[in-house]
Amino acid sequence: MAWTREQMAARASKELRDGFYVNLGIGIPTLVSNFIPEGMSVQLQSENGMLGMGPFPYDDEVDPDLINAGKQTVTELPTTSYFSSADSFGMIRGGHIDLSILGAMQVAQNGDLANWMIPGKMVKGMGGAMDLVAGVKRVVVLMEHEAKGESKLLKACNLPLTGARVVDLVITDLGVFTVDKKGGTGLTLIELADGVTLAEIAAKTDAEYRVALAA
Amino acid sequence: MRKVYASAAQALEGLVKDGMVIMSGGFGLCGIPEALVDALRDTGAKGLTAISNNAGVDGIGLGRLLETRQIKKMISSYVGENKLFAQLYLGGELELEFNPQGTMAERIRAGGAGIPGFYTKVGAGTLVAEGKPTREFNGETYIMETGLVADIALVHAWKGDTEGNLVYRKTARNFNPMMATAGKVTIVEVEHLVEPGEIDPDHIHTPGIFVQRIVHVPNGPKRIEQRTTRTRI
Repeated sequence: MAWTREQMAARASKELRDGFYVNLGIGIPTLVSNFIPEGMSVQLQSENGMLGMGPFPYDDEVDPDLINAGKQTVTELPTTSYFSSADSFGMIRGGHIDLSILGAMQVAQNGDLANWMIPGKMVKGMGGAMDLVAGVKRVVVLMEHEAKGESKLLKACNLPLTGARVVDLVITDLGVFTVDKKGGTGLTLIELADGVTLAEIAAKTDAEYRVALAA
Repeated sequence: MRKVYASAAQALEGLVKDGMVIMSGGFGLCGIPEALVDALRDTGAKGLTAISNNAGVDGIGLGRLLETRQIKKMISSYVGENKLFAQLYLGGELELEFNPQGTMAERIRAGGAGIPGFYTKVGAGTLVAEGKPTREFNGETYIMETGLVADIALVHAWKGDTEGNLVYRKTARNFNPMMATAGKVTIVEVEHLVEPGEIDPDHIHTPGIFVQRIVHVPNGPKRIEQRTTRTRI
């Protein structure tokens, strides 16, 4: 039994703190917005030029001029502000965003992240991912532990990097790992998903890691 | 100087040449200068370099200039919604330069502000850094990126006056304000055209000095890529 996508998002929501400005990536990270604890003030940033992103609109509120970075229609809040892409990435690059939660194809034990390109195959582009991982104060990866039976948590990435030594925490469907991106202690397994054993993680993980489960 | 033109086609007249560099605003299909892009296609100009965050989608926006093979090179950050793009690129018919989105935004801002280059840590240690000069600041490696300018910049604004003062609406702002500053000639399509004085000077996003030509496009199509809604309980 591993975590579902919702359980992964719920676990990621524990990284939120009152007063945080947060950027959520496309896919499972977007689900984290459903798990913001009651009473906690968290402002969501959308890199296409919006701070204070509201929920999806009701049918009669849909506005083509109001979308998030995944091109989905969203709504504004009393706290909302709009700005240009240059100001948006000034916010990101300048270290004003507290937390970025994003997906990945591969993460290496040194904190390297790959999530934008498969040479010869996928031609989509990095969008804002390189800016986010380089500029945001804390980077949390939310991803499936394996893809097609292959570990996504590796000794070294073999896909082109999105950022070198940028990841702080990895949450997969099997558990949670901290990353010491300055070197030092490397990758450390700190939590197991419900019903997951150390043996299962060992069998499904290519990267080297220490185990320091919270009591 | 009269800045207002009667149609998108007339607003491009005398400016378009084969091989020129164009900028086109918008994020996805939000805030794209669709009437001006269609008019550019109708000029038949070839060998264009297009600087735009995205490449439209198949059959809309810059996607239409891909269909007619008028674009030689794209400078973009994300082109995932366009199947023809992938096909042309993988087939060697289209050159592509990917920029991290914020680097691209800053390159355009810098170009318009007379800054030929700047340093950023975004992309350090990745393919994006290849061939670019690097420099250490406070023990971290930064890569040099250059400013971008264009022969013509195509911009979409919500409201503009006849002097070219512009206001954008919600997330349709995106790349439009920087591109307005970085075109040797900037051409804007506005949804609402008003007389000078009707926009509060404190609320103007782009001052008219950056705008050379304006066309009024009321009731243009507004497209939604991902219509996501919730249900009233």
